[in-house]
Amino acid sequence: MRDVAVIGVGITKFGELWNKSFRQLTAEAGSKAILDSGVDGKDIDAMYVGSMSSGRFVGQEHIGALVADASGFSHLHIPSTRVEGACASGGLAIRQGYLSIASGMNDVVIVGGIEKMNDVGGTSATETLATAADQEWESFFGVTFPGLYAMMAKRHMYEFGTTKEQLAKVAVKNHANGVKNPNAQYQMEITVDKALNASPVADPLGLLDCSPVTDGAAAVVLCSVEKAKEFTQKPLVKIIGSGQASDTLSLHGRRSITTLDATVHAANMAYKQSNKSPSDIDFAEVHDCFTIAEICAIEDLGFVEKGKGGYAVDQNITTFDGSKPVNTSGGLKSKGHPVGATGVAQIVEVAQQLRGDAGNRQLSNPHVGLAHNVGGSGATCVIHIMEGM
Amino acid sequence: MPKDVPRFWREIPQRYNLIGNQCGSCDKVFFPPRVSCPYCRRKSIGKMTEKKLSGNGEIVTYSILHVGPEDFENQVPYPIAIIQLDEGPRITAQIIDCDINDVKIGIRVKSTFRKIQQDGNTGAIYYGYKFLICKDKVAKYEPENLDESGNIVSIER
Repeated sequence: MRDVAVIGVGITKFGELWNKSFRQLTAEAGSKAILDSGVDGKDIDAMYVGSMSSGRFVGQEHIGALVADASGFSHLHIPSTRVEGACASGGLAIRQGYLSIASGMNDVVIVGGIEKMNDVGGTSATETLATAADQEWESFFGVTFPGLYAMMAKRHMYEFGTTKEQLAKVAVKNHANGVKNPNAQYQMEITVDKALNASPVADPLGLLDCSPVTDGAAAVVLCSVEKAKEFTQKPLVKIIGSGQASDTLSLHGRRSITTLDATVHAANMAYKQSNKSPSDIDFAEVHDCFTIAEICAIEDLGFVEKGKGGYAVDQNITTFDGSKPVNTSGGLKSKGHPVGATGVAQIVEVAQQLRGDAGNRQLSNPHVGLAHNVGGSGATCVIHIMEGM
Repeated sequence: MPKDVPRFWREIPQRYNLIGNQCGSCDKVFFPPRVSCPYCRRKSIGKMTEKKLSGNGEIVTYSILHVGPEDFENQVPYPIAIIQLDEGPRITAQIIDCDINDVKIGIRVKSTFRKIQQDGNTGAIYYGYKFLICKDKVAKYEPENLDESGNIVSIER
């Protein structure tokens, strides 16, 4: 296996981008990443694009070729492949790009993630997101996606005494981080009171426990470490661990309601490959599609003991100034969650932090970061561990 | 949501009658039926047999939905739960005909046959299972708790 580095990153503004099309967003993120990396179109061996449901959100499939075309690569005939794993589509695309370079097949790969969710109405967006759950045995019976995470939260409260205030504090923290991210959808602080009094969505989750519906795209250029110096003088960020795991599509089919076994297994794979343990991780971007998801994630990644996620939030362990900062970008909650783009945007944030490029949300000299991307209610998880070189 | 009749029609035995299946190798019960047992895998091939479920179980977790999918919008707020059936499988379903404050983790529930959705005013109606909170303490679906005709004997509180 060859070593692989992130040599370029690009991201669009996240939000309700009424005046931008699907293809404009992909081309914008891609061109930023390419300019940042120093590679030229003719250096690119392959492209991978993560998108959950372009077919339902914008009525367009076949977006591997579309993204290559929109990026100006149609005449270079670069092979371009779409990768799908619900909200983990972006992270899976990263892993495909990583594997293709590590294997020796490719030297330079561009990985994009995109979702344009606001071209359909709210009801339609919710129904499309519900396709990440089990259509025949969950959604059919009237459960929504927030409903699935709400059932995790209810059980977490029952087993471990986690409180609604602790859930609210996750949202408050991620909004505080998002204020410092110019690309975040919501650059506004919220309070625990405001989160607790938000309109109910799926008890115990209220509106401010939920990530929003977002348009946005992100891209990274990956390169073999041996070739990277040909293109860039910037600090390299090496991918030192990559893990992926699956579980039952339905929440009810799993061993546990409160532990995402897919996260545990993907994390073990990535920790083993990178020879790192949870305590070696300086900071992380985790998949906080709902506040409870961040509490489960920090437990399942081994940052805190199982059941102590809420307590860790109370102790400010995961705040920007805490011992284990989580979601410095604002997370899905505040930065926004264009589902297919999310996994790639997490890699952008981790790379920027490790390069020292994170602007006024820059952590003090981090060495190792982790990105955690989940599909559905936990049927897919993909994790990358990265280190500054 | 599924507006396709053949897809629903294929699942009628399971949704109307709670018919799952059982692995002949390890005896674990599955709902909906699985082609093979995920624990025994190749040892289970050809040994999966149909298994009618009692419909009795208890709530593992639940939520009260205040925002529902289009077909359920007129029912909000409504409870949805993951139920552990006495035979082992867990399923997701609505809890109905109750005060939403009575829905709790650990309480006994039993299945009932109801309309789930319909395709507009003239389209196909899709039926399936929902669950009722047990007023009586209901015994588990085990041989010693069944009467001569195979029905659960309910025990008064």
